[in-house]
Amino acid sequence: MTAKLSAVELTLFRGERCLFKGLNFALNPGELLLLEGRNGSGKTSLVRALAGLIELESGEIFWDGESVRTHRQAFHAALVWMAHRVGLKADLTLVENLKFEAHLRTQSGDDFDEILKRLDIDRLKRLPLRALSAGQQRRVALARMLMSRVPLWLMDEPFTNLDREGRTLVMQLTTEHLERGGMCIMAAHQDVEIGGNVQKIVL
Amino acid sequence: MTDQDEPLGLFSGMIGIIRRDLLLAWKRPGDVMNPLFFFAMVAALFPLAVGPSPQQLQFIGPTVLWVAALLAMLLSLNSMFLSDFEDGSLDQMLVSPLPLSALALGKAIVHWLTSGLPLVLVSPVVAITFQMPFSVTGFLMLTLLLGTISLSLLGSVGAALTVGLHRGTALLSLLILPLAMPVLIFGARTVSLVASGDGVAGGLYFLGAYAVLVLSFAPFATAAALRISNE
Repeated sequence: MTAKLSAVELTLFRGERCLFKGLNFALNPGELLLLEGRNGSGKTSLVRALAGLIELESGEIFWDGESVRTHRQAFHAALVWMAHRVGLKADLTLVENLKFEAHLRTQSGDDFDEILKRLDIDRLKRLPLRALSAGQQRRVALARMLMSRVPLWLMDEPFTNLDREGRTLVMQLTTEHLERGGMCIMAAHQDVEIGGNVQKIVL
Repeated sequence: MTDQDEPLGLFSGMIGIIRRDLLLAWKRPGDVMNPLFFFAMVAALFPLAVGPSPQQLQFIGPTVLWVAALLAMLLSLNSMFLSDFEDGSLDQMLVSPLPLSALALGKAIVHWLTSGLPLVLVSPVVAITFQMPFSVTGFLMLTLLLGTISLSLLGSVGAALTVGLHRGTALLSLLILPLAMPVLIFGARTVSLVASGDGVAGGLYFLGAYAVLVLSFAPFATAAALRISNE
C-alpha cells in the first residue's frame, strides 16, 4: 500500500550548502510529522519545498500516488500552509483578510464566528491587522487553516509569538485535526505534546 | 461565510484579488495618486518650458502626453507584487490550488484600474494645457485606453520577474521598455495623425491587436515568472 503523502530521496541545496540529502518519509491519515533541528538547519526550506515553493535538487514528492510536480493543483487543493510570515494584509481588517482567503481555498463551511471565538479573536473583527499584536496575527493565520477543510496542514514554527494558552490551543487543534484523519507536518523547536502517531525527522 | 463545500470557480481567486486590492487602494489612495501626479506635473511643466506658441504646443502635445503616460505607468509597476512579496501573501497565493495565471491577471487588472484608467480619465484635462482641440482629445483618450491595457499586462510580467530583487526598478524598466515601444510609437503617432487630419484606423487597430496579443500571453508569463522569482 502506498502512503497518502510520500517523499522519496529529497535533496536540497541552498547555495553551496547541502541542507538534506536522500530524505525519505511517508505520511498517512492521522499522522504527524515533526521536523526538528537547530536554527538554520533547513526546516523552513523543507516545508517550503514540500509546499512546492522551492525547486528540489532531486527527489520526488507523491500525493495519492501521483507526483506533485505533475499534479500540482490536486496537491495544493489538499494543503494549507501556516508560514512564519502570516501572509495577511496589514491595512485590511481581520474579516476582509479572511474573506479574501475564502476566494483562494475551498471552505469548510464551519461557522465563521465559532472559529474566531475559539481562537479568541472574535472581538478584533473590525480592527485593521496592523493594530493586532504578533500573537493575535498568528491566531488569524490559524483561523485561515480552520476555515478550509483540507487534509494536510503544513505548519512552520506554529508556536512563535503565541502565549501559553495559544500554544495549548495549537496542540489541541492539531490533535483534533489528526483525529479527523488529517495529516500534519510541523517544524518546531519546542516540545510538542501531541498524542497519536508521531514521526520525527531531525535535520 | 461562503457556500459549503462549493468548488471554487476558475476566476474565484481573480475576483478575490481584484476586490482585495481595490479595497487596499481605497485605503491607501497615495499609491494611486503618485503616478497621476507625475503625469500631470510633466504635462503641465512642458508648456511652461516650451513657451506659449499654440502651433508648437499642438505639435508636441501628443508626444509629450504619451511619454509622460508611459513613464507614469512604469513608475507604478514596481509596487505591483512588492507588498504581497514582503508580507508573505504571495506565498499563500502560490500554494493556492487556483491557476496562478488567473491571479496574475487579477493583479494586472487592478493595476490598470488604479494606474491606467485614472491616466485616461485625467488626460483630457491635461491636454488643455497643450491647446489640444476637442476632437483630438477623444482620440488621445482612446489610444491611451488601449495602450495602458497593454502596458499594465506587460508590466505584470516584468514586475513578476523582478519581485525578488531589491531595487529592481531600473531592471524592470529595461525589461519592459522594448516591448512597450510599439505602444508608444503607435499611440503618439496616431494622435498626431488625428491632429493633422489624417486617417487613424490603422493605428487604433494596431493598439487593439497589441492589447489582445499581450492579454493572451502575459498572465501565463507572469505566473511562470512569479514561480521562478519567489524561491
